[in-house]
Amino acid sequence: MTDLRPAGFDRRRFLAVGGVVGAGALLAACTSNDTGEATNDNSQVATGSNDNAAPGTKVTIGFSGPQSDHGWIAAISKNAADSAKRFSDVTFEPVEATNEVTRQISSVETLIDKKVGALVILPFDGKALTAVARKAMDAGIPVVNLDREFDTPQAYRTLIKGDNYGMGVAAATYIGEQMKSKGVANPVIVEIAGIDSLQLTQDRSRGFAETLAKYGFNVTARQAAQFTVESGQQVTANLLQAQRKIDAVWNHDDDQGVGVLAAINQANRSEFIMVGGAGSANAMRLIKEDKGVLKATVTYSPSMASSAISLARLIAQNKGLSDLVEKQVPKSITLASETITKENVDQYLSLGFES
Amino acid sequence: MTDRTEAPAAVEVPPADEQGRVEQAASATASPRLGGRLSEVRNLGLVGVLVILAIVGVATTDGAFLTRSNLLNILVSASIIGVVTVGMTFVIIGGGIDLSVGALVALSSVWATTLATQDYGPVVMVLCALLVGMGAGLVNGVLIAYGRLVAFIVTLAMLVSARGLAQSLSDRRTQLVTVDAINDIATTEVLGIPLLVYLFAAVIAVGWVVLNRTTFGRRTFAVGGNPEAARLAGIDVRRHTALLYVVSGLCCGIAAVMIMARTTTGSSTHGDLYELDAIAAVIIGGTLLTGGRGTLIGSILGVLVFTTITNLFVLNNLPTEVQNIAKGLIIVAAVLLQRRSRASSP
Repeated sequence: MTDLRPAGFDRRRFLAVGGVVGAGALLAACTSNDTGEATNDNSQVATGSNDNAAPGTKVTIGFSGPQSDHGWIAAISKNAADSAKRFSDVTFEPVEATNEVTRQISSVETLIDKKVGALVILPFDGKALTAVARKAMDAGIPVVNLDREFDTPQAYRTLIKGDNYGMGVAAATYIGEQMKSKGVANPVIVEIAGIDSLQLTQDRSRGFAETLAKYGFNVTARQAAQFTVESGQQVTANLLQAQRKIDAVWNHDDDQGVGVLAAINQANRSEFIMVGGAGSANAMRLIKEDKGVLKATVTYSPSMASSAISLARLIAQNKGLSDLVEKQVPKSITLASETITKENVDQYLSLGFES
Repeated sequence: MTDRTEAPAAVEVPPADEQGRVEQAASATASPRLGGRLSEVRNLGLVGVLVILAIVGVATTDGAFLTRSNLLNILVSASIIGVVTVGMTFVIIGGGIDLSVGALVALSSVWATTLATQDYGPVVMVLCALLVGMGAGLVNGVLIAYGRLVAFIVTLAMLVSARGLAQSLSDRRTQLVTVDAINDIATTEVLGIPLLVYLFAAVIAVGWVVLNRTTFGRRTFAVGGNPEAARLAGIDVRRHTALLYVVSGLCCGIAAVMIMARTTTGSSTHGDLYELDAIAAVIIGGTLLTGGRGTLIGSILGVLVFTTITNLFVLNNLPTEVQNIAKGLIIVAAVLLQRRSRASSP
């Protein structure tokens, strides 16, 4: 009956505490996402091989964007920062990213008060940010409006945006041509959209439907997948039940496309071709491998953030685009949506963003 | 208890679930108008809704609804939110609420799919997801039980901070699962039925046994029904309350593993609004938000109703907005139907 353990020693408690400490140590070791590769080889920035690349007057560029909730926006912020770093004459002044319009307005106001040389703004909501952008323009600070458009042209010096309608056109053209060459007369075409309440989703769908109509085709089934992987998986799993035989799928967004492809694999379906959207690095790798249903993706490249920084710098330094005759940067630039297939994927790989 | 109309029934065979026994005991001591057969009609309302949905499905979808693969698809779709709902049922019967479940699924999925975790292989990934879920649940439980904070506030704070942590760990990127063993969970079938469905069934079975056949289950009803009485009866109410949140966290961890397999990713956007779906399923399943009463089977039926609605809407190619409106209406309808069937039962 002699107990040699120290007073108060409780084996169960000891094991419990030990277990918790061990679990904590294990978890702590599991938080890293470091690939061990150098991260600074991003090539989504201007190469700058002409006269405009030479350092000019010092410029401070303020940057305000929404909080990234998926790969595309994350790539936008990263590209803007990386691109600014390449210019020795640019001081980059980002403000905290937010998805609340009131906070974005006040952070832009802060930048105006600091009297930055130029502003690059990707508004969470273009309409809501119009007034503060005008205020900046009135204060003599040129505003580069990135992607989501302000209400009035008076609120920006230059607008650079992607072509959502054009994305739909490009996707429909690819699918239309494929169906024609395969001789499919009445194809079952499925569309997996992003968030229906967003203008960009409506534009993409409009471009898609109107272009398909030219081929005499229409969209058989369409569902919105909220731009998330989980929703993409869920919606697709159900869509595949609804349509026993599909000829083509257009998925608006390569981020949610990871879920779409997971659902397709889990259902063992492969009778159709799929076209992606935006142009993520993952989608490009799959197109290059050419093993699954994903045959193409239409771009909406976040590289536009790098271009926006370059434009802001040139505007502030009073320079034009050197390949154009005009002395000033144009008022608006709309990027073309390009179709990436196995044939040309190699030249686009560097523009792909990690989702 | 005054809305019960049943006369005291013969008590030779005790009801199968704890809820039935609670009611029976109550009828023996407190109210002569309450009986044990109540639990048998409890879920009739939901079964009725499911039958109606099935009829609508057969009528509107041209044979696509009533196929083996579609029915399995509904079960697989229900499995992830279903596992979360099992944990939620425990918490709500125990008199609490857990708003953090969606965020915990996200955090567990992200933590278990970082490159560092994936290096250790599938076993560590699964362990990691379970530990993160349980750990966060423990934090919830300790703050609520021992810190005497309101469950609504603590789990709301956890909702915000767990999702924030998930975003910062993942840098808001979608983390692809490259470990095949995890992805295989979603593609493996045993006897023609997906592994995820077995997992779901196993969680329900364990949950049902724990809730209805163990001291832990009985204590859950006692703590939720009247914590002071439970304390006087010798139950360590605080420890039990804390454990309920750990159970919920564990369910979130299991759900995270399932979602990793199903979507082949870990992401801070996973589990969006799961808290609402799970709470809605528990409530239309007949569990009282105030605690002390409820059934696990009701909650599961609730989940199946929601999943079937989503399935029907996609089969009929209807947009998401309409789906959300219908979901709200069906919650109200199911609760009304349930109250009627309760009131009119013999």
